[in-house]
Amino acid sequence: MDFLRPGSWEEALAAKAEHPTAVPIAGGTDVMVEINFDHRRPEYLLDLNRIGELNDWEVGEDSVRLGASVPYTSIMENLRAELPGLALASHTVASPQIRNRGGVGGNLGTASPAGDAHPALLAAGAEVEVESVRGSRRIPIDDFYTGVKRNALAADELIRAVHIKKAEGPQQFSKVGTRNAMVIAVCAFGLALHPSSRTVRTGIGSAAPTPVRAKAAEEFLNAALEEGGFWDNGKIITPSVAKQFADLCAAACNPIDDVRGTASYRRHAVGIMARRTLTWTWESYRGTAATEGAA
Amino acid sequence: MAGNNAPLGTPTKVTQGSQTKGGIGESTLRPDGTLKVTGEFAYSSDMWHEDMLWGQILRSPVAHAEIVSIDTSEALAQAGVYAVMTYDDLPTDVRHYGLEFPDTPVLARGRVRHHGEPVAIVAADHPETARRAAAKIKVEYRELPVVTDESTATAPDAPLIHENRTDHYAAHVTHPNILHRQPIIRGDVEEARSRADFIVTGEYTFGMQDQAFLGPESGLAVPAEDGGVDLYIATQWLHSDLRQIAPVLGLPEEKVRMTLSGVGGAFGGREDLSMQIHACLLALRTGKPVKIVYNRFESFFGHVHRHPAKLFYEHGATKDGKLTHLKARIVLDGGAYASASPAVVGNAASLGAGPYVIDDVDIEALALYTNNPPCGAMRGFGAVQACFAYEAQMDKLADKVGMDRVEFRRLNAMEQGTIMPTGQPVDSPAPVAELLRRVKAMPLPPERQWESSEGADVRQLPGGLSNTTHGEGVVRGVGYAVGIKNVGFSEGFDDYSTARVRMEVVGGEPVATVHTAMAEVGQGGVTVHAQIARTELGVTQVTIQPADTQVGSAGSTSASRQTYVTGGAVKNACELVRERVLEIGRRKFGTYHPAWATAELLLEVGKVVTDGGEVLADLVDVLEDESVEVEEEWRHRPTEPFDRHTGQGFGHVQYSFAAHRAVVEVDTELGLVKVIELACAQDVGKALNPLSVVGQIQGGTTQGLGMAVMEEILVDPKTAKVRNPSFTDYLIPTILDTPTMPVDVLELADAHAPYGLRGVGEAPTLSSTPAVLAAIRNATGLELNRTPVRPEHLTGM
Amino acid sequence: MRVNFTVNGRPQEADDVWEGESLLYVLRERLGLPGAKNACEQGECGSCTVRLDGVPVCSCLVAAGQVEGREVVTVEGLAEYARQRTCGSGKCDTSAKGATSLDDAQRWSAHGTDSQTGEGTELSPVQQAFIDAGAVQCGFCTPGLLVAADEMLERNPTPTDADIREALSGNLCRCTGYETIMNAVRLAAARQSEAV
Repeated sequence: MDFLRPGSWEEALAAKAEHPTAVPIAGGTDVMVEINFDHRRPEYLLDLNRIGELNDWEVGEDSVRLGASVPYTSIMENLRAELPGLALASHTVASPQIRNRGGVGGNLGTASPAGDAHPALLAAGAEVEVESVRGSRRIPIDDFYTGVKRNALAADELIRAVHIKKAEGPQQFSKVGTRNAMVIAVCAFGLALHPSSRTVRTGIGSAAPTPVRAKAAEEFLNAALEEGGFWDNGKIITPSVAKQFADLCAAACNPIDDVRGTASYRRHAVGIMARRTLTWTWESYRGTAATEGAA
Repeated sequence: MAGNNAPLGTPTKVTQGSQTKGGIGESTLRPDGTLKVTGEFAYSSDMWHEDMLWGQILRSPVAHAEIVSIDTSEALAQAGVYAVMTYDDLPTDVRHYGLEFPDTPVLARGRVRHHGEPVAIVAADHPETARRAAAKIKVEYRELPVVTDESTATAPDAPLIHENRTDHYAAHVTHPNILHRQPIIRGDVEEARSRADFIVTGEYTFGMQDQAFLGPESGLAVPAEDGGVDLYIATQWLHSDLRQIAPVLGLPEEKVRMTLSGVGGAFGGREDLSMQIHACLLALRTGKPVKIVYNRFESFFGHVHRHPAKLFYEHGATKDGKLTHLKARIVLDGGAYASASPAVVGNAASLGAGPYVIDDVDIEALALYTNNPPCGAMRGFGAVQACFAYEAQMDKLADKVGMDRVEFRRLNAMEQGTIMPTGQPVDSPAPVAELLRRVKAMPLPPERQWESSEGADVRQLPGGLSNTTHGEGVVRGVGYAVGIKNVGFSEGFDDYSTARVRMEVVGGEPVATVHTAMAEVGQGGVTVHAQIARTELGVTQVTIQPADTQVGSAGSTSASRQTYVTGGAVKNACELVRERVLEIGRRKFGTYHPAWATAELLLEVGKVVTDGGEVLADLVDVLEDESVEVEEEWRHRPTEPFDRHTGQGFGHVQYSFAAHRAVVEVDTELGLVKVIELACAQDVGKALNPLSVVGQIQGGTTQGLGMAVMEEILVDPKTAKVRNPSFTDYLIPTILDTPTMPVDVLELADAHAPYGLRGVGEAPTLSSTPAVLAAIRNATGLELNRTPVRPEHLTGM
Repeated sequence: MRVNFTVNGRPQEADDVWEGESLLYVLRERLGLPGAKNACEQGECGSCTVRLDGVPVCSCLVAAGQVEGREVVTVEGLAEYARQRTCGSGKCDTSAKGATSLDDAQRWSAHGTDSQTGEGTELSPVQQAFIDAGAVQCGFCTPGLLVAADEMLERNPTPTDADIREALSGNLCRCTGYETIMNAVRLAAARQSEAV
């Protein structure tokens, strides 16, 4: 095993080009477990800790450019207003110690369906900025996950940042685990309201081979909200609409039975979380709308 | 020196409150506390030696297979590898070990019987070198069909886990895959059933729990010049290890010198050997010190677990709520090797009726041999599984009778004088009804504590930080349970301990030194030994020597027995030392004062005093440069085996009782549980160190909580392979899962025990689980006949 | 490979480090600092918690090569770290406490009275509180908990119970049921506020 310590982003890209099998390591929260437990013996470890810019974020007009290694703790503490869904998801990641090290880049690189950031990214809308010596490109989050623990990265590419749409409406994130802290998701759900486009986006974790959106549920809800003039009148969403949305979210799952839970429970739980997060976000939206109306 | 004769001529009255400080009954602090908070306390995994090698174990990837061949040549050829050993390399004909009888191979011979069984061992200069070498050992397995439960194990054509059994249980079982069977029969169940107005039956499932101590199995074996070996190890019982290790190495016991290093928790999981023999074999083979440290994955294969169980219970009661009878069948899965299974069977059977008066009882408990992971000792030891079942039954029966669940229990609660189903009278306080009364009388925690001015605090709701509910679907429930656990080793076992106590003057002050082989595993035995020495010898300074095999056996740190038995041994040795010190005093000073001959003399605050409080001499003057040392064995009163057919017999030396009230909040839609409070009342006879007692009760309670809602080793029933050997998927409670735990400690002395004390450690683990389950049932209305309860059980998914 | 970094204020060099080694392994097996513990080596228990450039992390999940040139504080240096924090910069003697000799630690023997305040070893407030509150049983989780609790009290000197639970949710304890740990952190917070 070789340990590569690039001092700059360019050096990192060059190293990855030279050694496409090199495994990037930043927070180490996935890679080191695999090494400690002898599940993996990469030929090269590519340390990204010395590349300071990966820990930076920029808040732009419409989006946040989040460096791949920005730790979850920083997201929770600094980006709650801009990225509320991701901040909530970050807060559910493992433990304080892990949140101090791990970042979204690692979640994306590992592309485990159980990664906590995915549902929030899917719901908010995001693009993954990846780069190689060949050049840079931005992969829409919807195209990023390609299979179980597989993503759209080429062998010589590294994740540099994620561009996440700034919240313009309420966002929520829920995760079911069988412990009240420090738990891997049995399943998870993210939901974001996008009032300007009058759309709702969702993200589901751990209930399909990859993180997925519940597109049929989104389409149904978008139509129902539009039809009822809900975005304007700020009425309470009817229980039947919420139920059908929840059912469609559950139907979007393609889960398995494993040690963490059964497929049928996952489907059920995603439905419950969909209904609750819709209620929370919509209540919040109504509250905001009411305040704005009054002002 | 002027002070020399002063006390002799002028007896002074000892002022009130001048008892020796830091004696029994005080919450003195741990003597190892400073080392433990500074990181200097040396646990078994912290051992280090110049030129040491690292040992690695190659384990079976399958549960049941014939080993066709093993080829170690490639592994041996690796640079940095010093030794590779298999069954064929073992030095003597003694190639098995075991707690009760030796059925466990040191290294597999021709066959593996469970997933993770050790097949070969490697020593190399770095752990990674050792791992890579182990991976290069070529083992050809031919898989065999697995037996995983009672029906597959006892089928007529079932593969036998152990052929040609010669152990002393073999003759009494109906199938060779039944390891041990113990009936308990008393009265006439058929007749009693006819008197019952209500009958309740239930079938209960108890999952496989892991001790999950945090300090992994580890140790350092250092070869000695005399051909022996020095072993630094974390264990619960040094001498039991020694008895099993030495014959395999072909060494006399005195050449295997064992020293207890820091133990990172035990809970039963260190009663059996793990890496002890392997490290010694490699050290003796290579002539170099060998360190072995399991990682968490390996730890799940490196020790036995709590027996999973199926329990079939039938209780009857009359209209006025009196229990009529109990018929029970308890099937424990012992896994591939015996470990402590026979004793676990004895406990499950003899305590299977719980702390209740039931005259007509027919209980059968048995343990199976299967290809599942071996099971053995864990805190509560057979009594835990039974408590889960009988407490569920009590709630059901109370409901049928139409009585309050606590009052129903109190009506049937045993007390001093009750005859156990084994025919043994309960001959010390058994305040079962009082414990229930107390735990019920505690104020209930306020409702909806999660509501705050800023909305719901998810940290206080089911799901916690995962943000699954802001109060939706959340229902509160309250449940009660009580249990009975035996203290000490039972069934005629010669349960003794040894203490060596020395008293001398050091630096102008009397100092006591206590040396035992007691394994300090965190419970605080070292604290208590110092307290006993202070109380008995009137000294302030007590030195606790490291536990090793240079002193006689202390027995195991298990069965809630160490404060009773080794505490008793220390007390006894101190008393003998005191007698000898007083003899010296009489010899030197007896002529100066008549009280030396006539009064009852005590040692208090460094002085010899009469029971009237008159000071006769300074200990410094009595001892001068003499030292008094005593090493003596001490045993509790004997017990006897249970009758093979009826289970009758004076099997237990003492019982321990605890009651719990659980308050839970359940998210009924998602099936997530938050335990809000777990209150406990326990009788401890005498709290030698109240702070430690409460710590034991809270710790035991929390392990019971884990068993109720999250902890389970999952074994694939088709392959008998462990599916979750990691802390990612075997979950134990975090600080956010653990509620406040108010504790009410009763001290009703047991006249048979030192200071009247009662073993503390295990009882709280029994009743905690069924109390939480009862509370969840109360919240959800579900029957819930298995533990741990998982979200899918609560949602019907 | 070779790794140079600072531990408890003292420059350290580790040689012949295998590239897959963790910071935890280097501390324990190469630098004679076994205070950080090896309970799970998968980031699930917090027993290996150290501060890396001031931030609490699981040292089992930090590759040794990643700490090149960085600063680590372990439980062995906690008392000194806390002392310097209390003194404020420039005012106090900054000599770091020496690393523990393993020979000394290999066989412990408890002497004299119990672990009372001010007896011999200098302890940080949180260390003393753990002893006083009975928060130490087997002690294997203790070093990680101390590092995590000390850092929380540095950030949040007056934590609520929920704050304490959240901050320590990454540190498993199997012995105590956490009640005495809660008491210890409350005690340390109270003593800290009295001292100010």
